[in-house]
Amino acid sequence: MIEESKTPSRMRYLIPLFLFLIMAGFLLKGLFMDPRHIPSVLINKPAPEFNLPTLYDPEKTVSKESMKGKVWLLNVWASWCGACRAEHQVLNTIAGMKIVDIVGLDYKDEAVDGKRWLKQLGNPYTEVLVDKSGRTGIDFGVYGVPESFLIDGEGVIRHKFTGPLYYPDIKGTLIPLLEKIKEGAK
Amino acid sequence: MKTVKLAIFIGLFFISGLAGAAALSSYTFADQEEEQAFRELTAKIRCLVCQNQSLADSDAELANDLRREVYALWKEKKSEDEIVDFLVSRYGDFVLYDPPLKPSTYILWFGPFFLFLLGGYILSRTLKSKTEDKEVELTNEDQQRLKTLLDDDNENQEATK
Repeated sequence: MIEESKTPSRMRYLIPLFLFLIMAGFLLKGLFMDPRHIPSVLINKPAPEFNLPTLYDPEKTVSKESMKGKVWLLNVWASWCGACRAEHQVLNTIAGMKIVDIVGLDYKDEAVDGKRWLKQLGNPYTEVLVDKSGRTGIDFGVYGVPESFLIDGEGVIRHKFTGPLYYPDIKGTLIPLLEKIKEGAK
Repeated sequence: MKTVKLAIFIGLFFISGLAGAAALSSYTFADQEEEQAFRELTAKIRCLVCQNQSLADSDAELANDLRREVYALWKEKKSEDEIVDFLVSRYGDFVLYDPPLKPSTYILWFGPFFLFLLGGYILSRTLKSKTEDKEVELTNEDQQRLKTLLDDDNENQEATK
């Protein structure tokens, strides 16, 4: 009688340990999560409207409407942004692969600095737009450069890269997404 | 030396307060009340760059821009809800320090109450079983066993004497 009632009560003392392990599991996961990475609310939603002058010809403007029918990568960068420098080589590589049009958005930057940057590091962009006030950046929910948005032919944002693009992102994320968009368009 | 350190500390303390106040100094308001209301609204919004600072306090570039946008909407006499919607539709619920009540945040809002009730239930059950334990009546068999055990003990004690 006594032995029998002992076993379940002993197990009961282990409950706090299990609860602790569950909590520790969540906390351990939290250690590897980046609080700076805020999920975008704009994924699978139409890109915000914009109409911006280009860097090399301020008279010419590019709008969301004029990009319709194209799959393109909007890359938000600035000459004052350190991480963008590292990312630039990746962008050059993507441009060389000719898999997607990359449109640059020179964010809160001086035109002179932006032009010098592209002269030094190469220009992977089919078009460079200028967002001097940062207003378009706000519409895209930009909170730190660099950020990149993959936009499909319908003008819908399909993916957001927060922070710099790395070489593994090309094969790991960008190419599969481009294939998916192509399949969907058929 | 101690007084100097204290003076520096107090000085810095007040300067840090001024930094927060300076963030709104470039905007004009009709009266103190309006300024207070604007400050309260921006205090509810998180600066996305320095996440533990509100839009009212932060001096980050983006916070400046967002404050400018919020001020423009404010001057257009937009309601607080409209201004909050403007920010949430671009940056998500994360811009709000106070998460809205919706299915994905139920666990956040109701989780603590659930745990509280669960704890209360476990506590009451434990207390109840403890009091019940005391009232256990011994069967004849138990009495018999107890007696032999006690007798054994007595015999042992006598043996050691």
